Amino acid sequence: MNEADIRTLVLATLKSIAPEVEEEELRPDRPLRDEVDLDSMDWLNFLVGLHEKLKVEIPESDYGRLITLKDLVGYLVAKQPASPGR
Amino acid sequence: MIEFKLPSLGADMETGTLLQWLVKPGDVVKKGQVVAVVDTSKAAVDVEAWQEGTVAELLVMPVKKIPVGTVLATLLEPGEAPGSARPAPGPAAAPAPLAEPAAPSEAAARASRRMVSPAARKHAQEHGIDIDSLTGTGPHGALTLEDVERAARQEAVAKPPVALGDKTAEMRRAIAAAMARSKREIPHYYVAETIPMGKVLAWLAQENMKRSMTDRLLPAVLLLKAVAVALVRFPELNGLLGDDGFHAAPKAHIGVAISLRQGGLIAPALLDVGAKPLSQLMRELTDLVKRCRAGSLRSSEMSEPTITVTNLGDQGTAEVFGVIYPPQVALVGFGRIMERPWAESGGLKVVPATTASLSADHRVSDGHRGALFLIELREVLQRPEELDR
Repeated sequence: MNEADIRTLVLATLKSIAPEVEEEELRPDRPLRDEVDLDSMDWLNFLVGLHEKLKVEIPESDYGRLITLKDLVGYLVAKQPASPGR
Repeated sequence: MIEFKLPSLGADMETGTLLQWLVKPGDVVKKGQVVAVVDTSKAAVDVEAWQEGTVAELLVMPVKKIPVGTVLATLLEPGEAPGSARPAPGPAAAPAPLAEPAAPSEAAARASRRMVSPAARKHAQEHGIDIDSLTGTGPHGALTLEDVERAARQEAVAKPPVALGDKTAEMRRAIAAAMARSKREIPHYYVAETIPMGKVLAWLAQENMKRSMTDRLLPAVLLLKAVAVALVRFPELNGLLGDDGFHAAPKAHIGVAISLRQGGLIAPALLDVGAKPLSQLMRELTDLVKRCRAGSLRSSEMSEPTITVTNLGDQGTAEVFGVIYPPQVALVGFGRIMERPWAESGGLKVVPATTASLSADHRVSDGHRGALFLIELREVLQRPEELDR
């Protein structure tokens, strides 16, 4: 899965939690939880959704690195198993 | 004979719209079984039977707006034979309907000259349907229950219940009514205490490392459990104040204030919080929030909170002082957990902390007891391992 795929999946998961989100209005370098108004329950459900789709563990100790949409996509890309031939 | 009445699903509810029956005459219902769906100003609510029995008769048909207390159906008690008792006349027990059906006695007098089945006549009266305007399809043109039900359905389609777009405005009105009543009638007092959260967060971090992502606990769950544990020694904060005085509740059913993405809020109950381990509370809270936002709550969750907790979580402000939800007598508020300077033993350090506040009804308790409750809550939160029982 490349970066664009992961970004699409992140946005789809986000929409399942916050259906009112407009992709064009999301500023990728701003704190995501402020942009979308995610409370701690929403945030956990969002990460669990990503965990289930991408099969990645996201420990709580990593939350501090996951501030913006850009951070999150970068983090998930890095967690992907290295794709063969690239 | 049991009368199944439309329960009050919160202080802000005066009427409800019966949307659907999930049972029919002859069905055996268990206590707690969902028997009907009722639309309130806040959400469509699954209404549960509060007693075991067999459905004898459905007295109100969907879709119909009725006041709280209206007898919706009659149930036979276990062992009771059908027809052994007649339903008590409804109007005496129920508050006056908002809109009286058009001159029922007059309609009944005219009806007597036609062949109309008793059930059909009764049904027509309840729905305010003029049976003279209907054509009977029964033997010799007799008007049957089915004819009336069909007419009632057509009328319901012509006048649909509140459209989705009006829902937000209606909820706003309901919240306004309940909160205005609260501020008008309840002499609130407020106390607050800063509570160090270092031990809770450390315990939680350890615990969550052992758990899979799907079983992870949130601080909110420990806060709710701590409130229930602390309340045991302060029964005057947990219960309902009625016309006949205050009734302390034997269990803590905590109303959890949940904000809705489209605006407004609902505070349905997590039942008997003190008796449940943290994992179970977390599952139930997750489920409650999900169903709250999807608009599928149960009547017991709406009608049973004995106290409310509002938790601004990690996106909120430092403090919150809530408005009590009548007939409850207290509300506990938690501000954001954040690092704060903390003086201790002559030194200064930085610790994560939250401000817990209590809004309570001065008719039932005094500020001194309220303060002692918050001190107890602070102490309970210094022993997080003891909360998981």
